[in-house]
Amino acid sequence: MTVRDEQDEAVPDGTYEPSPRRLARERYRRARTRRAFAVAAASSTVTAAVLVTLIVESPGWQRTRDTFLNAHYARLALPKVLDGLWLNLRLLAVCGAVVLVAGLLIAVLRTLRGPVFFPVRALATAYVDFFRGLPLIICILMSVFGIPALRLSGVTNDPVLLGGFALCLTYTAYVAEVFRAGIESVHPSQRAAARSLGLTSAQTMRHVVLPQAVRRVVPPLLNDLVSLQKDTGLVSIGGAVDAVYAAQIIASRDFNYTPYVVAGLIFVAITIPLTRFTDWIAARMNGRQAQGGTV
Amino acid sequence: MTSDALSKGSPWPLPSGEPVLRLEAVRKTYGSAVVLRDVALEVPAHSVTALIGASGSGKSTLLRCANLLEDVDDGAIFLDGEEITDPRIDQDAVRRRIGVVFQAYNLFPHMTVLDNITLAPRRVHKVPRDRAETEARELLDRLGLAGRAGEYPDRLSGGQQQRVAIARAVATRPRLLLLDEVTAALDPELVGEVLAVIRDLKDEGMTMVIATHEMAFARDVADQVCFLDAGVILERGTADRVFGAPAEQRTRDFLSRLTEAGRL
Ligand SMILES: Nc1ncnc2c1ncn2[C@@H]1O[C@H](COP(=O)(O)OP(=O)(O)OP(=O)(O)O)[C@@H](O)[C@H]1O
Ligand SMILES: [Mg+2]
Repeated sequence: MTVRDEQDEAVPDGTYEPSPRRLARERYRRARTRRAFAVAAASSTVTAAVLVTLIVESPGWQRTRDTFLNAHYARLALPKVLDGLWLNLRLLAVCGAVVLVAGLLIAVLRTLRGPVFFPVRALATAYVDFFRGLPLIICILMSVFGIPALRLSGVTNDPVLLGGFALCLTYTAYVAEVFRAGIESVHPSQRAAARSLGLTSAQTMRHVVLPQAVRRVVPPLLNDLVSLQKDTGLVSIGGAVDAVYAAQIIASRDFNYTPYVVAGLIFVAITIPLTRFTDWIAARMNGRQAQGGTV
Repeated sequence: MTSDALSKGSPWPLPSGEPVLRLEAVRKTYGSAVVLRDVALEVPAHSVTALIGASGSGKSTLLRCANLLEDVDDGAIFLDGEEITDPRIDQDAVRRRIGVVFQAYNLFPHMTVLDNITLAPRRVHKVPRDRAETEARELLDRLGLAGRAGEYPDRLSGGQQQRVAIARAVATRPRLLLLDEVTAALDPELVGEVLAVIRDLKDEGMTMVIATHEMAFARDVADQVCFLDAGVILERGTADRVFGAPAEQRTRDFLSRLTEAGRL
């Protein structure tokens, strides 16, 4: 073979000593990092101090603290809110899974070519257009109150199931659009390369287009999942007791809003790890296929 | 090169009278632009055909038509005597028998080098994973890419990527290999390593059609040179004939322009 690869024979580098130039550069970078850190710490402290003073010195602070941040009511609400939260989490898990699978399926259906698939394409498009436009709350109302009103035999009246169904309908439409954007972002030359290897269009979709498309849309997808997590609270419209509704029950009995704050903070606390997880996945996937760099 | 991983176990089919690829009066238009006009071409088994011509003369389009990535408007294309432009034909089966290497490599960025090469053997030709990978590694060895199997394409140099693309195209032992300006995106230094690989393929008897701007290479490796001008094969003959004694004025103009630009 005539071709040789120089990079495969890396020269051992035993005698290398960092030059003074490199040492000076590294010293400068360390100093710069320390300075940036100090500035950030100082500005954060000042900002926090200003905010705290503003709030604590405000005329209504005393009353606000009693109605929104009352330790007694927080303790009272916590177990009930956590009970309700279990429902939110179950809804998130089940609806999340359904939505991801159904959304991907619809996105793929929309990319089918040829006149044979026209009805499938048209139906999928109509579905997405309709449910993306329909406000979620109306969709839930229709499902939770409309479906039982039909009195179909064998169809559940359970507000959790019906509410979850409505969540799936709406979120599948959002997620299908995200997947479709991902599929369309894969350059046509990738498809050409796969087809020229003899892969069928289904194999091309499965092995070449979808893996690249899905990677690209992981961040927006997780964004939708975070929204879904918050919207699971809307099933309480039909009377199901989730975290928000549990808080509402206590709040309206005792005229104290602390339970809402508790529920809100718990939602935030769940979302943050989910978001960090998203970032981590995205970073890991990028690191694996792209070259590093400083920008 | 005598023994080699490529032809082991499955030597190229023996030459018969029928050319591997034959184009008959092919016409291709985009809207009102006629890109290929009345193109006729015969590529005998184990021969190398070079397509030369100015930018926009239709070289890429001709290759895309031969691989059924584009439909022709008129005329017919035959692969081993079988008409592949017949709408009743299984296009995937035709593409399976033709390998393509693109100017921009078009490697799959989400797969390692090894997976890029074994994708078609495993999924299309149903070769068991072990065997596909063993053969892919042998191929990589021969292309000077041993040790790169687990790398992702983005981390390779252009020349290395293009050699992987060639490995991917020949891993399925195609009947015909189409190469579209495979060195155009490369530094002069890297061009050599890719051309060396193509020369080896020729020695093994691979039938190839190569669109190229590397005239020295075309002259050296091609059995037949076709000069395309505005979608017409204006001149066709042995490399020595077309480069040494071009019959057409336009061919002479094209070649002298290249000579002036120092590319010949
Ligand atoms: N998809 C397309 N739609 C419209 N016109 C096209 C398309 N593809 C190619 N063309 C036109 O067809 C003509 C031939 O293009 P082609 O890519 O085959 O040229 P080429 O000989 O390969 O040129 P180059 O040496 O620059 O690669 C050009 O005029 C180009 O503009
Ligand atoms: Mg071209």
